[in-house]
Amino acid sequence: MADLIEQGRIPTVIADDVHIVYRVNGGGGGKGNATAALSRILRRDKGEERGVRKVHAVRGVSFTAYRGEAIGLIGTNGSGKSTLLRAIAGLLPTEHGKVFTDGQPSLLGVNAALMNDLTGERNVILGGLAMGMSREQVRERYQSIVDFSGINEKGDFITLPMRTYSSGMAARLRFSIAAAKDHDVLMIDEALATGDRKFQIRSEARIRELRKEAGTVFLVSHSNKSIRDTCDRVLWLERGELLMDGPTDEVLKAYEKETGK
Amino acid sequence: MSAPPSPDDGLSSTELAAKYGLSVSGARPGLAEYVRKLWGRRHFILAFSQAKLTAQYSQAKLGQLWQVATPLLNAFVYFLIFGLILNAGRGMEIRVYIPFLVTGVFVFAFTQTSVMAGVKSISGNLGLVRALHFPRASLPISFALQQLQQLLFSMIVLLAVVVAFGSLPGLSWLLVLPVLALQFFFNTGLALIMARLGSKTPDLAQLMPFIMRTWMYASGVMFSIPLMLASKPDWPSWIVDVLQYNPAAIYMDLIRFALIDGYGSENLPQHVWASGLAWSLLVGIAGFVYFWKAEERYGRG
Repeated sequence: MADLIEQGRIPTVIADDVHIVYRVNGGGGGKGNATAALSRILRRDKGEERGVRKVHAVRGVSFTAYRGEAIGLIGTNGSGKSTLLRAIAGLLPTEHGKVFTDGQPSLLGVNAALMNDLTGERNVILGGLAMGMSREQVRERYQSIVDFSGINEKGDFITLPMRTYSSGMAARLRFSIAAAKDHDVLMIDEALATGDRKFQIRSEARIRELRKEAGTVFLVSHSNKSIRDTCDRVLWLERGELLMDGPTDEVLKAYEKETGK
Repeated sequence: MSAPPSPDDGLSSTELAAKYGLSVSGARPGLAEYVRKLWGRRHFILAFSQAKLTAQYSQAKLGQLWQVATPLLNAFVYFLIFGLILNAGRGMEIRVYIPFLVTGVFVFAFTQTSVMAGVKSISGNLGLVRALHFPRASLPISFALQQLQQLLFSMIVLLAVVVAFGSLPGLSWLLVLPVLALQFFFNTGLALIMARLGSKTPDLAQLMPFIMRTWMYASGVMFSIPLMLASKPDWPSWIVDVLQYNPAAIYMDLIRFALIDGYGSENLPQHVWASGLAWSLLVGIAGFVYFWKAEERYGRG
């Protein structure tokens, strides 16, 4: 991959001073009863919106990602990694700053579109359509999705509602649906390798395949090993700020020193 | 990874993006492009609405039978209270009043549930909005479509009630189809407007039941507006107009006119088809444009 980068550095993602602010209703502190809510609405704090608490999750992050790069995002819990990923994908509007991308970056995962009360079969179709596949594509890949998930290895479970699945089975099906689509700029949020050992090996292989096909890959993970295995560049976020941006070894060394591993 | 000095170094991010043809992530497409994208997602919209409909009763023992049983029980309760106990027909024959009442309840519920689902369609599906790319209008449209399918089950019950009270099937029954199409378009527009409002102010979900109930009582679901107005000759004419030309009343009256034998055109206001069409186009198109205007802002935390 390194040669590719040297040849011609074609940017695929440009983040320019990105800020993201969450607004939380009813999170203004105090007791959670009606009088507290009323007083919160009546009281005005420094010109802020009434009764709304702001969480500044990402503060002024800028970077440029190039074609062929695999970029890891590290940082402690709540440092803004997943939020930044969503902003790059254009799913979370920025408060300030801009994100430019080549094509449509997509987040690996369809959990939100699936419904526990529906059968696995219908969820495969619904999930595929939700990711933007056409009906024909879904039909074409249906069998390979089911086979990959291994749901039917122990009997005909795909025709049962998803709420009856064990948590491992459900996670396997979700991953299988999500990984069925090819992506241009691919973003992987942590904790994807689920299920039993056999399935983990299979899903890691599939992720490697997806990474090969994608132009640029972003990976959020708390496993330094998987970052080291896959990424050649790492962004270290802390409290929503970009602390470090550089080659994997350099950043990881600093990160490990800081977190005391 | 010490990059060699490249000609791109001096460029600002906007210039760099322009040079390599990058576009702003999550930007709002133009209206025509948006419609095209939405059309591309039609299978998802349909599948999502059907999935929601099925999921509703999937835990019940009777399962999908509840699709029909729920409106049937609803009709029975209204029959009991307004037909037998209160006798709210105000001089309408019972053979006309019961179908009149049941039609009103079902047709109004179609608009009511579409609005209620529309309010929560973005704010209640933030997980979906923040995880996947699709034109956000898919969600309110899908919820309105779910209510349309729900209404089709109710129509089975309604037709049975209408026949049971002596109106036989006729060619005029076909008029139901254009009316429902107009009402669906109207409902979708309303759901889109409510979706945008509800995404900014989720409190609307608490407020809407009261507004919708007020609307229901003012729309002549349980009583006939012309008969009620006849007993109040001193009311100013604008109130009469507002009551009669309110879209819910118009769609209800058109369906009653189509289905019930004893409910003739003397009960309809003038230009009723034109007003039905005007409401549908006005709210449908305005709602769509209004929703699209904030497309890039849905999903903000």
